[in-house]
Amino acid sequence: MVSEGAVVDHDFEDTGNPIHRVRKTAMWAFLGSEAFFFGAMISTFLLYRNTIGDGPGADIFNIPFTSASSFVLLMSSLTMVLADNSFQKGDQRQGRVWLIGTALLGTTFLAGQIFEFTEFVHEGLTISTSPFGSSFYMLTGFHGLHVAVGVLLLSMLVFFSLRGRYSPDSGMNVELVALYWHFVDIVWIVIFTVVYLLQI
Amino acid sequence: MATATHAHPTAKTYWLIALFLGVVTAVEVAVPYIDALDPIRAVLLILLGSAKFAVVVAVFMHLRYDLKAYRFYFLIGLAGAIVVFAVVLASFRAF
Repeated sequence: MVSEGAVVDHDFEDTGNPIHRVRKTAMWAFLGSEAFFFGAMISTFLLYRNTIGDGPGADIFNIPFTSASSFVLLMSSLTMVLADNSFQKGDQRQGRVWLIGTALLGTTFLAGQIFEFTEFVHEGLTISTSPFGSSFYMLTGFHGLHVAVGVLLLSMLVFFSLRGRYSPDSGMNVELVALYWHFVDIVWIVIFTVVYLLQI
Repeated sequence: MATATHAHPTAKTYWLIALFLGVVTAVEVAVPYIDALDPIRAVLLILLGSAKFAVVVAVFMHLRYDLKAYRFYFLIGLAGAIVVFAVVLASFRAF
């Protein structure tokens, strides 16, 4: 008997379909490459964090606001894992509720990012103001793009489930989208610490 | 030989993890405003962020309970990212 938390070499959500493992392996390999990608962008930001020219620097960051956005994205990981849990149990109706909740939290985070960018532009920080501005907008903008893609995938899952066309063996199932979503969350955990908290 | 009756995390576990993440985020936000913590601020923030990162990957992404092969693929990417990070910063003498 293996207790909860024990390390066993067993697929967490094995559907019995061999393609399942192939797709999941591909998703993990993709996330590994994405880690590489964001690692390079974060390095670039750190290189240019003090190259502000005549524009503003990290002093314009609104930490309380960004903290609230971070909390929203963290909680979207909770709703995502609860959606995955419901779909595993075959409760698609409850799963859809959690998926919609996740999409709404993701959209809230994006709205916050748009607001933040708008504020920064008004304060004189644009993508062409300085190397600091370029690397900041590239990094956080690409992350925002990933969140937007995640919201799109979540919406597609809800749509397919409502139409009765969802199956765990379908191309992009809840587990794979959940992995992608949690990855977007952990990237933000790093960005929030390195780009925001360590710069003030 | 271990028989694979491994228990998956329950919804209660997920809620507790979310509570932990919320509390750690609150502590992270407070740290920069506490002057007494200035000498260890960077280390503390990195440790807190790493704890959140590890918990999400292990529990929410099920890497703790899943095939070791998945762990390998992800850790390869993560290690690559850390190497790129170190090489770039060292090249530009940013340390």
